[in-house]
Amino acid sequence: MKVTVKYFAVCHEMLDRSEEEMELPEGATVQTILKRLEEEWPEIAEFYEVMQMSVNWEYATENTELTEGDEVALIPPVTGGCDV
Amino acid sequence: MFKITTEVITGAEVREAVEAPDAGAVVLFFGTVRNNTDGRPTKYLEYEAYPPMAEKKMAEIAEEISDKWGIHHVAMMHRVGRLEIGEVSVAVAVASPHRKDGFEACQYAMNRLKQIVPIWKREVWADGEAEWVKPDAVFFKNLPERT
Repeated sequence: MKVTVKYFAVCHEMLDRSEEEMELPEGATVQTILKRLEEEWPEIAEFYEVMQMSVNWEYATENTELTEGDEVALIPPVTGGCDV
Repeated sequence: MFKITTEVITGAEVREAVEAPDAGAVVLFFGTVRNNTDGRPTKYLEYEAYPPMAEKKMAEIAEEISDKWGIHHVAMMHRVGRLEIGEVSVAVAVASPHRKDGFEACQYAMNRLKQIVPIWKREVWADGEAEWVKPDAVFFKNLPERT
């Protein structure tokens, strides 16, 4: 199955792309994507603890199962607004 | 109205979006780009967002406010891209029957925005270094200024 994976902020900058299509095996979860990214950028694993994931614009866990056409995103710690 | 924009935020749009005949108060909040963080001079900020999810999460915050205070007129806008010192990055408007609830709800909206809305700030310092900021620490340091 194919899913779209989107990268923002530090992920966007470090991976040097804002999104890509990934071909995943049936039964794949968010974890499957995280493992694959780790192969390309090992240091990313250090940030998994503080990073969140989303599937179809909703926060998800690493165990969330994926289906064809899903839009997955890596969500680094959010810092909108201002510091007040 | 819940919106991610690349345009200058004047506040008129959020103000108009919450107009309601039962309102006795409109609380309007602007977040602006400060010229320093903890004393270190800032050159400018760059904001990036995940627009569809950000707008969905803003709408959820408005639903939370509706549940907590019975206030049904909330609007939020956040700007993305390069913002200079003094420019408005975020605007929140809340119209309520009485001001006390409006102030509380506006404060709540900003607190929640900073927790759940996927928007990121990249601080470019006056000395040319840059970093992605995270809520209580620096997420990724010593990146080059982008051209």
